[in-house]
Amino acid sequence: MSTRTTAKASWAVGNTIVVVAALVPVLWLASLSFKDPSTIADGSFIPTKWTLANYRGIFQTSLFTRALVNSIGIALIATVLAVAVGSMAAYAVARLRFPGKQVLVAVTLLIAMFPAISLVSPLFNLWRQLGLFDTWPGLIIPYLTFSLPLAIYTLSAFFREIPWELERAAQVDGATPLQAFLQVIAPLAAPGMVTTAILVFIFCWTDFVFAISLTSTSASQTVPAAIAFFSGASQFQTPIGSIAAAGVVITIPIILFVFFFQRRIVAGLTSGAVKG
Amino acid sequence: MTVQSGVPGVAQAPPQAQPRHRRAASLSEGARAERRLGWLLCAPAVIVMLAVTAYPIGYAVWLSLQRYDLRFPAAREFVGLANYATVLTSSLWWTALGVTVFITVVSVAVELVLGMGLAMIMRWALVGRGAVRTAILIPYGIVTVVAAYSWQYAWTPGTGYLANLLPSGGAPLTEQWPAIFIIIAAEIWKTTPFMALLLLAGLSLVPEELLKAARVDGASAWQRFTQVILPLMKPAILVALLFRTLDAFRIFDNIFILTAGANNTRSVSILGYDNLFTALNLGVGSTISVLVFVAVAIIAFVFVKGFGTAAPGQEVERR
Repeated sequence: MSTRTTAKASWAVGNTIVVVAALVPVLWLASLSFKDPSTIADGSFIPTKWTLANYRGIFQTSLFTRALVNSIGIALIATVLAVAVGSMAAYAVARLRFPGKQVLVAVTLLIAMFPAISLVSPLFNLWRQLGLFDTWPGLIIPYLTFSLPLAIYTLSAFFREIPWELERAAQVDGATPLQAFLQVIAPLAAPGMVTTAILVFIFCWTDFVFAISLTSTSASQTVPAAIAFFSGASQFQTPIGSIAAAGVVITIPIILFVFFFQRRIVAGLTSGAVKG
Repeated sequence: MTVQSGVPGVAQAPPQAQPRHRRAASLSEGARAERRLGWLLCAPAVIVMLAVTAYPIGYAVWLSLQRYDLRFPAAREFVGLANYATVLTSSLWWTALGVTVFITVVSVAVELVLGMGLAMIMRWALVGRGAVRTAILIPYGIVTVVAAYSWQYAWTPGTGYLANLLPSGGAPLTEQWPAIFIIIAAEIWKTTPFMALLLLAGLSLVPEELLKAARVDGASAWQRFTQVILPLMKPAILVALLFRTLDAFRIFDNIFILTAGANNTRSVSILGYDNLFTALNLGVGSTISVLVFVAVAIIAFVFVKGFGTAAPGQEVERR
């Protein structure tokens, strides 16, 4: 019994270390965001003078609010498109026999490994010529491309778990394969689609390389790009408080996802990984 | 279940769906319909993926063969491999490549060890497994730029709680090696959870009975780890290493915020970005883009051929 208690205690110590290590940088940023400008450089981990001025400040300028709207809009549209297009392909991969499936899976994998920086210069030039530079579609299109491998792997792993018999039963009853997909499989696949949507949203939400390369103004700049170019009141002052507050604001959706969908996120990441 | 009610319009169903499983002749027609549907469903995904990768990378190769400086667009001309000669004889490129490889190797190695420990905690901890899972998903999901700012301020003299622990006068982010180690630490903090989850997926395939049997046979914890767990996890480990190595090689966000590439802390991705957006040199920028692509392709090839990572795609096919 006492060895069990020691074992429990040592696990608890290990867990505590992990949790602290995972949370301290986030708490530090939150602490900075609540610090009064006069104490922001005091190096103390816990604010000595609390204030909401940093939050009021960023929501008063359109710089941050526009970027927030861009981030939310672009990530949501890319997520919806990726789940829709990815579901079709994943259904085909999981359920249908057709030549070229191997090639599709291989190409998908290659794209998952594609270095984003390799696309930055050609896309920058192409987008300028096509008028897509600094527009929402200019970011949505690359996000869609790079989230599709993730979407296809995760979704096809989920789709494979759905019982075949139901689809066949529907087809025997006279449904076309498409009807079988929309009316029988899709509702059963909904949990997998939600999981995939969360993973894709996180991917789009956190992107930085495309965001700073393919945008230049508040017309399409997302929050990560905008805060990287925040400037202080004078050139000698970095806007630490504003950046910290903006960072906390865009971390909130992530924390909500983690709290409400923890199980799904883990299942989605690992199902995609084991099977692909 | 609700299959019946979920399928209206039975009568209007196209004829080929019905006799599909009855006769050979119509079965082949069904197979043809299936094949067509398969292609149709994959087409949008394939078009989007290729249009935004294959075509631009081809275009990047074409741009890399030209002298093309946006400040002097009139001077644009075809120069063959001159840009490659410029880049490959530049010490900036080799320094950046060295820094990138160093960061990749160190961070992936540390992550493998830490990730394995975390995976074991998540599988076997007697208490608080859920708390660990929840906590580590935050580094995974957080915007890298935001996390990088947290690290930057932590190490800024005067402002940061970590910098204040150092002897006064030190500004680690302004010196090459300390800065590189901070970059590595930030990278490890952010991506170990992903590594741990990939490893956990492999770890959960190790049957508990096997471990019990090994314990009964008198195997020590270390022997069970090296002789039972590791061999069974080899495929998962290789996949995790492949994904993380390629990902680490592309490192950009952390360096951009932490040092902006100052004091020889540029990665190859930062170098490519600088040439494009600071120097506005499309030709040289594209050359670096192509070289990074080639490097990534080589790494992937070495993993798949050299280490025998079952290309994950084939695994999908088998299941």
